[in-house]
Formats: sequence, structure tokens, C-alpha cells
Amino acid sequence: MPAVAETPIAASAPTHAGAPIVNITALRKSYGTNEVLKGIDLKVVRGEVIAIIGKSGSGKSTLLRCINGLEEFQDGALTVDGKPLLHDSAMAMRELRQRVGMIFQSFNLFPHLSVGRNIMLAPTLVKKTDKVDAAEHARKLLLRVGLAEKFDAMPDQLSGGQQQRVAIARALAMEPAVLLCDEITSALDPELVGEVLRVVESLADEGMTLLMVTHEMSFARKVSDRVIFMHQGRVHEMGPPAEVFGNPQTPELQQFLSSLHD
Amino acid sequence: MVDFTFWDIFRNLLLAARWTVVLSLIAFIGGGLVGALLLLARLSRIGWVERLVGAYVQVFQGTPLLMQLFLAYFGIGLFGFNVSVWFSVTLALTLYTSAYLTEIWRGCVVAIPKGQWEAAQSLALSFGELLRHVVIPQALRIAIAPTVGFMVQVIKGTALASVVGFVELTRAGNMISNVTYQPFTVFACVALMYFALCYPISLYAQFLERKVHASRR
Amino acid sequence: MQIQLDFAAVLVQWPFLLRGVLWTLGLTAVSMAIGMVVGIACAWARSSGPLALRVVVGAYVELIRNTPFIVQLFFIFFGLPSLGVKLGPEVASVIAMTMNLGAYATEIIRAGIENTPRGQIEAAQSLALNRVQVFTRVVLPPSLKRVWPAMVSQIIIVMLGSAVCGQISTEELSYAANVIQAQNFRTFEAYIIATGIYLLLAIALRRALNWAGPRFIFGR
Repeated sequence: MPAVAETPIAASAPTHAGAPIVNITALRKSYGTNEVLKGIDLKVVRGEVIAIIGKSGSGKSTLLRCINGLEEFQDGALTVDGKPLLHDSAMAMRELRQRVGMIFQSFNLFPHLSVGRNIMLAPTLVKKTDKVDAAEHARKLLLRVGLAEKFDAMPDQLSGGQQQRVAIARALAMEPAVLLCDEITSALDPELVGEVLRVVESLADEGMTLLMVTHEMSFARKVSDRVIFMHQGRVHEMGPPAEVFGNPQTPELQQFLSSLHD
Repeated sequence: MVDFTFWDIFRNLLLAARWTVVLSLIAFIGGGLVGALLLLARLSRIGWVERLVGAYVQVFQGTPLLMQLFLAYFGIGLFGFNVSVWFSVTLALTLYTSAYLTEIWRGCVVAIPKGQWEAAQSLALSFGELLRHVVIPQALRIAIAPTVGFMVQVIKGTALASVVGFVELTRAGNMISNVTYQPFTVFACVALMYFALCYPISLYAQFLERKVHASRR
Repeated sequence: MQIQLDFAAVLVQWPFLLRGVLWTLGLTAVSMAIGMVVGIACAWARSSGPLALRVVVGAYVELIRNTPFIVQLFFIFFGLPSLGVKLGPEVASVIAMTMNLGAYATEIIRAGIENTPRGQIEAAQSLALNRVQVFTRVVLPPSLKRVWPAMVSQIIIVMLGSAVCGQISTEELSYAANVIQAQNFRTFEAYIIATGIYLLLAIALRRALNWAGPRFIFGR
């Protein structure tokens, strides 16, 4: 029976006001006969930064992709900002995705649009923002991620780190309440990782709610309020970074952490 | 016995070649429009619509164009309509072209990486907006080379219209050959005229293919 | 307005249709066998042969691919006799179908050959295999496996194209349908049934070739 070591948040992290912004109860997901999520319970408070770690195949990315509806789950409940996830309603899914943004491992910038237009596309179509306002907002966001001069560049002219920062700006353009980061630095050359992590850190400092699946352990330790270790489809251990990294309770987590140092 | 010069033969074939060009253009444009509609239907994600279009493609790709022409010509006549050769031939070739083009274009849409669909969905775009602004612009780029290449197949396909009596280049070749008793010269000429029409288009399609390949590096 | 369709009148002639089917399959089988050999030889010539050979093969391929099959057939059946080469309809059909498939097969197989990873050839050469052995044992089998789907599609296209051979009185399926409807005036029914049979043949042939390829042609 996996032990879920949970330390009360109030004791060791700054308090965040309000009801949970993401509330997951007994979530189960299978691919055919293969069950990849075996009952996940998770409450995320507004402004929290959560790092999800674990071996490949533990279900980390799948859990993240359930939260914005890219994956469907068979059992359990998932609410975002009080509203339950309804897969069948395209309308409901669109509304959900205006509140939950996602950044992908392979950036997924639209190659036929310039950087500026990549960022402007969703606000102009979905929020019906005026083109001039959208362009201005896009420029501000590019400035924020350190790429102000790249407004008219095409994605294939940018480095991986720059593309990922544009992807972050693109997601921020929709002003989401929650940002999901799915291994966003795993596809980057090592020297480009830092510039992306710096942007994420600044988002965390500003109070953005973040759920990150990551292999960058020192970053997770530094920036997150809570770390979740997943193993074989379950939340195996959970707690503040100091506890999870410094004092692993279960042999699976101990093994995982020691394997990182090899 | 009248002696026919090469120029007599060539001139008459050239006149008939007009109709080959006209028929090809009508079939290609008409087939393109129908093919585009079928593609949208196929992307609608409605189960029975997808299957129906799939069956449509299978039928047109799995049966001889000659039989399709026969059926169009004799089939419509069955319903009592007085159908002209023009109408049945353009109908058959248009439907034939639409089946192949919709399949080519579907392949281009499927080639767009899944990540593009997911990124667009994550930005709360509706399905229609996703197609219009993200998937189809990219698919269009890949689709140009094979679409141009298929034009060659359409031109070659018009040659079969001769069998149901449509007077285009091949039929003219038959008729002139019977009159002049010079089948070798006549059919060599016919072949070279088709070659003159098709080869430049083939080269252009290859050029486009290389261009798309290079820009994707 | 009543349309009276009488399929029975056509179906009762099933032996004749069967004969047509057998002719269609026979023509396809022969042109497939010879056409693939032609394709392999020309593919080799175009990728590793001397310049003169490459130009000649190139001209052959482009000529066939940019002219309609019916014109090729008419040229062989009606045109060649004035040079003294008189051919029966069946022979003319096989020659036309073989030359047609050969040209397309050349390009298909050539793409397969040229996509062989360099390392494979280098390994074979390092094992002291001569040029012929490298080609036939190391390059060709994986190439054929790679391009088999495209090859199968082309064979089916040629099989469907054989319908045109009925126009020069080769007794294949479309000719059978033509003869039947000329006798009982059930034109639409005859053609619909023949078309249906062609569809079934196309599906069956694809399955058969996909099954046979790994077993007889290129190894699993």
C-alpha cells in the first residue's frame, strides 16, 4: 500500500486565500485495459506552485492533460474554478481552456504565423479582442518574456528557448488562472533551459497558479510550494519541497531521488 | 486515294486537343470543389458521414475509370433524361477527380503534427477556428505539389472519354487514323501531344515538391 | 416513371463473366511478373548505370508516365503493324500493360533503393560482397519491403486499367460485359455488375499481394 505522506500546507508554506482552484477527486484513467491513473485526489489552491515528479510512465503528463481536457478520464471528478469538467460539451471545454493554459514540451508554435500573430490568434478569435489591442498586449507579453524585438519573426528563426518563451507568452495572452507546464524544458539544449526557467520563476513570484511536470529538481525545490511524487498512477508522496527532497519516506521515492544523482 | 500530309494530321489533332484541355480543366476545377466539400464533411467527426465519404473514395479508387464513364453515360439515360455525352463525361470525370483529390488532401491534413491540434485546443479555439487558422493553412502548403501532380492523371483520364464517343484528342486520333491509314504516325503524334501537355506539369509538380521539402528542413 | 432493372439476365451469363475475370487476372499476373523485373532492372540502371543508359531509361519512364494508357495500347496494336509488327489483341495488351507497369515500377523501386541507409551498403562491401550480391541480397529485399504498399497500389491501377483492353477485343471483364449487354440490352445492369466485380477484385488483389509480398518476394 503506497504511503501518501502529506504535511499540512499551513504549517510550512505561505497561506493562500480562497477555495481550491483545481479540485480532483478519485480520478481514474485507463488506456484500454491499462489503468494509468489509479485514483488521484488533489486540491490546488489559487497561487500555489506545484511540481509533479516521478519516473516516466508514472502518469504525470496524463494527469496534467486531464486537467485541460486533452485526455478524458473514466472515473472520479475534476472541477476547475468550481466548474466540473464536461467532455461532451464543446462550449464548456472552450470556457475551461480560457481559464487553464498549457505549455508543451515541443512548444507547438504555429509555424505559418509570425511570433506576434501566434500570440494574438486566440485572444482575437476567442475573446473577440480588437486587433490593435491584441497586438499591444502581445508586445507587452513579449517584453515580459524578454523577446520584445521578435514580434515579426517566424518561429523557425528562433532558438528552442526563445520558442518556448513565445509559447509561454501565447498562453499568458489568454490570461489564464492556471498554467500547466508539461516538461517544458525537456526538449531544450542545456544552455537554453535557464532562460525559460527564469520566466516561469517570475510567473510564480507574481502569484500565478502553476502545475509543472518537471525533471528540473533544483528548480522545483526552489520555486514550488508543494511537490508531488507520482508512482504507478498514484500520488505516492506529497509535501513541501524540503520534506519531499530532504526526507523521503517511501523506498520508491528514495530510489527515484538517488537515481537522479547517478 | 487522298494523300494526307503530316501537317493535315497534326492540324486536326491539335484542334481536337482543345477539347482535351477544356474537359481537363472542367473536371479538375469541379472535382476540386466537390473534393473540398467532401474533405470538410470528413473532418466533421460525424461517424456515418466519415464512413460514407470513405466508401465513396474506395469505390472510385477501386473501379476502372472506363466503367465509371460507361455507367454515367448509360445510367443517367436510364432515368429518361436525354443526356449528352458532354454532361455524362464531365460528371464522371468530376466525381473521379473529387475522390482522388479529397484523399490526397486528407493525407495532408493528417500529416499535420498532433501537437498543433493540441496547442490550438489548449488556447480554447473552436474546431472551426482550429481548422481555418491552424490546420488548413499548413495542410495547403503540403497539398499543392500532389494536387498539381494529379492534374496529369486528369488529362490522361480524358482520353477514355473517347470510348463513349466524346471527340477529344484520342478519338480524333482514331478517326484520323482510319481515314489516313497512317496509324503509326497518327498515334505517335497523339502520344507526343499528351506528352507536351503533361510533362511540363509533371516537372512543375516535382519542382514544388522539392521546394516544400527544402523549406521543412 | 418506372425503371425496370433485370440483374438476373446478366447474372445468368456468369460463365462468360468468369471467363472475363480470369482473363483480367491473367493479364495482370503476367504483366506484374515481367513488369516488376523490368522495374528492378531499370531502377538499377537509373540509379547506378552509365549515363547513356540512364537517359534512355529516363525517356522511357517519362514517356509512359505522361501519356494515357489507352494511347499506348492503340499505338502498339494499331500503330506497330504498319512497321510490319502485327500483334494479336492479347499479346498487345500484355505488352502495353507490362511496359506501363514497368515504368511506374522503375520509379517506385528506385525510390526504395535510393533510401537504403548508406551503412547497409558499407557493411556489405566490408564483408567482400561483389556489386551484384550487394544489390540483390542487401539493397533490393529491404527496398521492396519499403515500397511494397506503393507497388501494390500501382499493380491494382494496372489491373483496373486493363478494362481498356476490351476496346481492342481482348476478352477480359469489360469486354464480357459489353458482349452481354449487346445481346440482352441490359446495359446498365451489365456494367454495374462488372464494376462491382472490379471492386471486389481490387480489394481481394490488395489483400492477396499484401499477404504474398512478405512470403515470396522480399522476406519478412
